[in-house]
Amino acid sequence: MTSTTQKRQKPSAGTLILRTIALVYLFVLLAVPIGLILYRTFANGIGPFIDSITTPAAISAFNLSLLLVAIAVPLNVVFGVITSLALVRGRFPGRKLLQAVVDLPFAVSPIVVGVALILLWGRDGWFGGLETLGIKVIYGIPGMALATIFVTLPFVVREVEPVLREIGNDQEQAAATLGANPWQTFWRITLPSIRWGLTYGIVLTVARALGEFGAVIMVSSGFPGVSQTLTLLVHARYIDDHNTYGAYAAATLLMGLAMLTLLLMTLLDRKRSHS
Amino acid sequence: MIDVTDARKYYGDFTALDDVSLSIPAGSLTALLGPSGSGKSTLLRSIAGLETLDAGRVVISGDDVTDVPPQKRGIGFVFQHYAAFKHMTVRDNVAFGLTIRKRPKNEINRKVDELLEIVGLGGLQKRYPAQLSGGQRQRMALARALAVDPQVLLLDEPFGALDAKVRADLRQWLRRLHDEVHVTTVLVTHDQEEALDVADQIAVLNKGRIEQIGAPEDLYERPVNDFVMSFLGSVAKIGPHLVRPHDLRLERALERWSPEERAEMEPSKATVGRVVRLGFEVRVDLLDEAGERLSAEITRRDDERLALKAGDVVYVRPVRALPPEEAFPALAM
Ligand SMILES: Nc1ncnc2c1ncn2[C@@H]1O[C@H](COP(=O)(O)OP(=O)(O)OP(=O)(O)O)[C@@H](O)[C@H]1O
Ligand SMILES: [Mg+2]
Repeated sequence: MTSTTQKRQKPSAGTLILRTIALVYLFVLLAVPIGLILYRTFANGIGPFIDSITTPAAISAFNLSLLLVAIAVPLNVVFGVITSLALVRGRFPGRKLLQAVVDLPFAVSPIVVGVALILLWGRDGWFGGLETLGIKVIYGIPGMALATIFVTLPFVVREVEPVLREIGNDQEQAAATLGANPWQTFWRITLPSIRWGLTYGIVLTVARALGEFGAVIMVSSGFPGVSQTLTLLVHARYIDDHNTYGAYAAATLLMGLAMLTLLLMTLLDRKRSHS
Repeated sequence: MIDVTDARKYYGDFTALDDVSLSIPAGSLTALLGPSGSGKSTLLRSIAGLETLDAGRVVISGDDVTDVPPQKRGIGFVFQHYAAFKHMTVRDNVAFGLTIRKRPKNEINRKVDELLEIVGLGGLQKRYPAQLSGGQRQRMALARALAVDPQVLLLDEPFGALDAKVRADLRQWLRRLHDEVHVTTVLVTHDQEEALDVADQIAVLNKGRIEQIGAPEDLYERPVNDFVMSFLGSVAKIGPHLVRPHDLRLERALERWSPEERAEMEPSKATVGRVVRLGFEVRVDLLDEAGERLSAEITRRDDERLALKAGDVVYVRPVRALPPEEAFPALAM
């Protein structure tokens, strides 16, 4: 970064104007809405906020959101790492196709994902038979988990793949010549080498899993206290119950969780640049 | 000892190893020498098991290891670009093989300290590879490979990424180390000086084939073909023949050669270009009648006797009788 400090000069008028525009843009689009919600939430002190987020429906929504994160993260980590390894190291014919498929959730609108899941798992869908066996996918937690996994699928792969590509397989081959079997090589060499990429991938997955709305609302029965995530709770309180304050409070809680993940990421980032 | 028999390796329709057979005696230091792309790394990696052969066998110490994965071949491998474990300290890098083998901790520590002392990295246990110089990293990689007491040590251009001075130092050091530990060693290099300097035996590779294998002197003195000849040491071209520059005799008069010698091969005429006096040796750049450049190396004494200077006309003839032309398979150079 020395080059930028060396080159630092008095900013020109043009630069100042551009900077002002950028700041105003960020302020209007990000800071104002978020600030407004925070203001509405805490205008009457912290008491009403606590009350509002400790109702049985809110606690259940909080738990369900965390449960979905807890399901999606480990699965995406395992499959994400395997997929990245296959994409980088594999020599199989469908590699290009797999590349494209992994990015699909980025391209497809979440609501489409929801519709697709219903088509597949719903009562009349291909796997609808499960429902007659008493396993309720759509309008149950499995459906919401599937939706969450789907939309968060690319994050781990997209963060881990470039790291894998960069480190190459020299170190793994060295480990093999030193007597490590593939499993030992994975745990002792590959995994530690990709840990930062993986961490980023996890943080992004968590943030997205918490915030997902479109895909989840399609496959949730939406009963308060049963199948409402935090995002659905915000929606329901606002639209159905006309409980605007409750919606603000739940939104603040959701934001709090997201902030926490972001904070974690920043801290990790700092730790990484130090090591 | 290592025996490779009839090894073949293809990359698509490209032949990287073409029926290679090679025998490496126990305790020797063998260099695989050849130009870029000649298949040196492929051969070394096949011995290590990092590459699978399409045909042929690899036998290490009497065991056929052709279908054995690298981790079970009892080898140590040193990569051109170190392949240091970046997230581990120097100590953990060197200890890796022993940790995998679940050796007791105090044994590991003792051995690591001992090896780091040998490779001259004592006291750097806690550093990370990023905090080492290239030469230090390579010595760490060597210590790491030696830690598991390999039956054979395989080195793929281990000094390739280092500057000339460090290279020369490290290869001397490697030779001394080899004389101490006596582990069967195979060294890949494209530097003939490096091969001549350290190896007991040199195998010259070209286009996936072994051209010649033997002691450095043998290859230098009795190359089987033009390729080996020009790959090891410098050559002068006299007519259709390749000779060593120091095997050329220069004279001002044809009569200095005996009639028998002249009957065998008539000296040819050349014009002196430059005379470079490098200590005992004197290099004389010549231009023969066909307009071809060649260099002869003569002794100081001959130089004093002949008192050559630029523009002089001399006669030049190889000191030894040349083998007949047909003995050299025509090889593109
Ligand atoms: N994975 C691969 N796929 C296709 N061709 C390969 C592969 N690896 C090596 N080759 C080819 O095989 C030939 C021999 O390669 P090798 O790495 O053994 O050469 P080398 O003698 O070690 O050369 P260098 O001195 O440049 O390292 C080269 O022509 C190379 O292009
Ligand atoms: Mg090579």
